[in-house]
Amino acid sequence: MMNPIKPIPCEILEVKKETELEWTFKVKTDVVPHHGQFMQLSIPKVGEAPISISAFGDGWMDFTIRAVGKVTDSIFNKKPGDTLFLRGPYGNGWPFNEQFKGKHLVFITGGTGLAPVRSMLNKCYNGDVAKSVTLISGFKNEEGIVFKEQLNEWKNKFTTFYTLDRDQIEGWNVGFVTEYVSKVDFEAFNGDYEVILVGPPPMMKFTAQEAMKCGVPEEKIWVSYERKMSCAIGKCGHCRIDEVYVCLDGPVFNYTVAKDLVD
Amino acid sequence: MGCKVDYKKINKILTELSKEYDIYAPKRFLKAGRYSDTDIIRYDIIEKAEDIVFDEKSDFPAKEVLGPITQTLFYFTEDEYRESKVSSKKILIFMRPCDINAMEHQNKIYLQNGGYADLYYQRLQEKVKIVLMECSKGWDTCFCVSMGTNKTDEYSIAVRSENDGWLVDVKDDEFKKYFEGEETSFDLQFVEENELEVKIPEIKNKAILTKLKTHPMWKEFNSRCISCGACTIACSTCTCFTTTDIVYDENGNVGERRRTAASCQIDGFTDVAGGGKYRTTPGDRMRYKVLHKFHDYKARFKDYHMCVGCGRCIDRCPEFISIVTTVEKMAKAIEEIEKEEC
Repeated sequence: MMNPIKPIPCEILEVKKETELEWTFKVKTDVVPHHGQFMQLSIPKVGEAPISISAFGDGWMDFTIRAVGKVTDSIFNKKPGDTLFLRGPYGNGWPFNEQFKGKHLVFITGGTGLAPVRSMLNKCYNGDVAKSVTLISGFKNEEGIVFKEQLNEWKNKFTTFYTLDRDQIEGWNVGFVTEYVSKVDFEAFNGDYEVILVGPPPMMKFTAQEAMKCGVPEEKIWVSYERKMSCAIGKCGHCRIDEVYVCLDGPVFNYTVAKDLVD
Repeated sequence: MGCKVDYKKINKILTELSKEYDIYAPKRFLKAGRYSDTDIIRYDIIEKAEDIVFDEKSDFPAKEVLGPITQTLFYFTEDEYRESKVSSKKILIFMRPCDINAMEHQNKIYLQNGGYADLYYQRLQEKVKIVLMECSKGWDTCFCVSMGTNKTDEYSIAVRSENDGWLVDVKDDEFKKYFEGEETSFDLQFVEENELEVKIPEIKNKAILTKLKTHPMWKEFNSRCISCGACTIACSTCTCFTTTDIVYDENGNVGERRRTAASCQIDGFTDVAGGGKYRTTPGDRMRYKVLHKFHDYKARFKDYHMCVGCGRCIDRCPEFISIVTTVEKMAKAIEEIEKEEC
């Protein structure tokens, strides 16, 4: 009998400090996920947590983890060469090939909400898979900025609006991401675009509203949800919202579905 | 066609069956109830006919046999995950029709939802045989007839308990050898009418559903419901659980990953590391539970509602909240909303 919740030991290849609290762990694995899927990461005797895949390639995966809980704190004690336990990938992921490829893509992220879209940004940066990419990325403060080098690099190819909530630093705007939505010339895209939002729930809600004010139809807006999960396979019930299981039917939802979900 | 068996013979049969089966049935635990001098009736392994409580509804459902309140998933020795093992014996469970019908819901979540079968449930469920406990009257908190769960033919053996023995109907060939001789007619009865009746309202469209979610009726529970989760533990169909790792000793090398029944009614059910929190009031949580039972589950699986009308949640609620009254209130709220729409 197959046990779908048995984790597999994987070697940590590299640990990169993005910020004081957010580190990226590169892990050796043959699993090939879809953009936007997540894995259950665990440490025996500590616990398990769902973490989105922040990049992947041939034989490896990145997880950008914030040390805010028992499991993640414990992962921070791990060094390259140590073992992390993985199971997955889970969830639907972004409909990259089906819906996004070949269109104008607008990414709007808040904080570490950048992690679950990073693999798509990498793909767009390294190849001609989108007509154009606009990235609006906001962080609370300078200390909270993740993927700094890549953010700089992406400026070369993407239209970017980087902003901090209050802090003023060189090369960065001030204010919430919502304030930059109207700077995107959606009409110029001639209907051939998709908008991808990831961040804290209020940020996604207000950004979606802002986008709709700018004429973006609901069905062109995509969001990714984060919920508590114990199993990630539709059994434990923690992530259920209405008739939807975030672990199975999400974490990615089209806004036509997401707008009606009430926790 | 059935046969009549006296208690002496029943106990012989149960002893014989015990060699192959762990036999579970509702059993009385003296003075183990929540008030002084009260008992508790819950599922456990039984050895003899006298252990089985026929004349009272068990406080807790049969689901505990296949989905224990707490169970070990993995044992850890340093960095190794070792799956927990189960008894090699098969399982025989004495159940009323409501509990048998509830198993369908447990199967749906644990074996089918999302295309994943849960090993820990599956390995037990696969070796279950059912003994139907005839239930022809029910109790004052039952509403199985309203939910259509008063009947079933999913059983290997059906039993009616009488003063001098059992009347049994054996459907499953495997058990026929135990019950030979003394044939007599046995017209198996089901509950045909409950004292409680409830009509589950239909929520006709998304707009009504959205309005219902924010209807003031849920606010009442903020002052009534104490978020203890007793209703979901007593529920025949609830399946939620939380996984936790524990360590046995201070050096921390040995431990296990456990699964424990969880409740959407208890604060913290949705807490995400880092501060994310959803459904912060008892009213929100009640709305979530009631809509799951009487709308969301059916919306997902398209067949029936996630309630078998066993009424155990009504029996167990320390605040005397009745799910039947709550559904009636919901029906009234829906009516109100529909009128506004016109």
